[in-house]
Amino acid sequence: MIKFLLNGLLRDKTRSLLPIIVVSLGVMMTVFLQAYMGGIFADSIETTANFSSGHVKVMTQAYKENQSQIPNDYAIMGINDVMKKLKTTYPDMTWIDRIQFGGLLDAPDSKGVTRSQGNVMGMGIHLLGNQDEINRMDLKSKLLTGHFPQKKGEVMITDELFRKMNLKLGDRVTLISNSMYGDMAMYNFVVSGTIHFGTSALDKGMIIADIEDVRAALNMENAAGEVLGFFNDSPYVDSKAKELSSEFNAGNTKKSDQFSLAMLPMSGIGGMDFMIAYSENAQYIIIFIFVFAMSIVLWNAGLVGGLRRYGEFGLRMAIGESKHEIYRSLIGESLLVGLMGSVIGISIGLVFSWLMQRNGIDIRGMMRNSNMMMPSIIRAQITTTTYFIGFIPGVLSTVIGSMLAGIGVYKRQTANLFKELEG
Amino acid sequence: MRTIIFFLVSVLSLTSFSQNYPSGKSILDKVDNNMSAKTRIITAKMEIADLRATRTMVSKSYSIGDKKGYTEYLTPAREKGTKMLKLENQLWIYSPSTDRTIQISGHMLRQSVMGSDMSYEDMMNDKPLLEQYKADVTGEETVNGRKCWVVLLTAIIPDVSYFTQKMWIDQEKFVPLKIEAFAKGGKLLKRTTLTNVQKVQGRWFPMSMVYKDMLKQGEGTKMTIQELQMDASIPASYFNLGNLK
Repeated sequence: MIKFLLNGLLRDKTRSLLPIIVVSLGVMMTVFLQAYMGGIFADSIETTANFSSGHVKVMTQAYKENQSQIPNDYAIMGINDVMKKLKTTYPDMTWIDRIQFGGLLDAPDSKGVTRSQGNVMGMGIHLLGNQDEINRMDLKSKLLTGHFPQKKGEVMITDELFRKMNLKLGDRVTLISNSMYGDMAMYNFVVSGTIHFGTSALDKGMIIADIEDVRAALNMENAAGEVLGFFNDSPYVDSKAKELSSEFNAGNTKKSDQFSLAMLPMSGIGGMDFMIAYSENAQYIIIFIFVFAMSIVLWNAGLVGGLRRYGEFGLRMAIGESKHEIYRSLIGESLLVGLMGSVIGISIGLVFSWLMQRNGIDIRGMMRNSNMMMPSIIRAQITTTTYFIGFIPGVLSTVIGSMLAGIGVYKRQTANLFKELEG
Repeated sequence: MRTIIFFLVSVLSLTSFSQNYPSGKSILDKVDNNMSAKTRIITAKMEIADLRATRTMVSKSYSIGDKKGYTEYLTPAREKGTKMLKLENQLWIYSPSTDRTIQISGHMLRQSVMGSDMSYEDMMNDKPLLEQYKADVTGEETVNGRKCWVVLLTAIIPDVSYFTQKMWIDQEKFVPLKIEAFAKGGKLLKRTTLTNVQKVQGRWFPMSMVYKDMLKQGEGTKMTIQELQMDASIPASYFNLGNLK
């Protein structure tokens, strides 16, 4: 039966060519879009994780409650012990301590009097003698001039702030901020380099210094605002992060103690829950759109093809085939068309996706004034799903299209079909 | 008729009762006469009890009237050498670790002084109370066993830190024993309790104060005066920006 249908399709190109082309195009786009959107979402999630949230984040309860204010007065004390414990308890994860802070950057003139000032958001990360954080945050691609801090007391600032404050590399600047105890803290830095994130919120006034300098500046000896945890063996998986957080909190979080530790999965951080849920469901949205659109196209193609084949249907009924059998054979044909179109579409889609995965598109120019945390180069991401996802719209749309078009066979009178055969 | 008579008697008795209170202005004048001096040199210990621990620092302050003030922190090591200079409505802070002098202005004035419950704005407020507030005596209460006048201060100018203040003033020594500061909406923002009132150079002076920022967690900031000299001579060089370094 399959061979019979296949021969029919191959010999009568008008029956198969247009549907196969439509299915191939639709499937190709589905495959490419799935890989492309998957890549963008995965990269954006990982960029945000690497830059600010981690896959999970450990803080004190009070810090967690007031996260948006970066309340370092609720920082984790005894961070060395906390880090040791986290590394021992969860050896399959990478743990990093960081300090975020806000303040005012003040540049003096030759007499030490304020020459220019700018509001800053700052981050203290492990920089000296360690490239891990530079790589994790992809800072090399963001370095514009100068170099990363190589010795104590050096700081990198965003190019926009650098120009606004009329600074030169090597200039001395004073950070005025609040210490962990709430008093005013002042600390001198030397500007070692400038960075450009391509995100206006960050470029307006971000500074990055070694965490030990920030500790000294903010009187945070053996303390850190937050500890970020990253899965070593996989990118962010929400269920895994939630499970880990629940397990950690059950053993560590005490309601009565606001300094007890609490772990938050990335999806628990403001705004990320929607993005993660959206990324997980994006492929289903794409499938739905393409199944819907292609079904309509193929329904119409089926209707046109069906009209042309009414003579054939009349003949087949004349030699004893029932309407039901004809309808079934139409669906069988569409199944074959769907499979062929899907294979072709998936193959072409994979080629484009692979090219996009390998080369990517540099969007730094486009993201200059964006407020979103995005990777500088967007790439597609081919996953196991990419290989199979095309079959769903490919086969479903052809079958649905044929089912809708084939209904016409039942609606017509047998006598008419015979009449068309005679004609 | 009996109701009207009762109402009139009540109003008259209340009026006559309130007339027994001295005016708010006269009480504040007496406080001013008792506590103000041409110059003051104060060595004080400040204990700041925040959520984690209590930090202690010692400072020495020199002031001429309400307009000029100079403070140097003596301990702990991290704060040692930090100096503040107030001239009229300007404030500078010198940090020895950075060798920088920064003027505190704008939103920075709302920050806490050395992590305490006092803000720089509190420090800077040097206008006489009667130029900023209307003072009414609202009653008498006892604070720490001392009979006090309760004086309600209501702002008469727009740019005040606290819209109303309530002061409990010792009826005999004319020293405030408790001060509460409120926002315009009536929210209590700061509470100061003053104790250990001693006679120094013929004036009554509270030697211990606890400041509590009601919006902050923690026990508050306790200031204990270790040494107080009034009307002593202070070299003018103390109030020079160049003296900060």
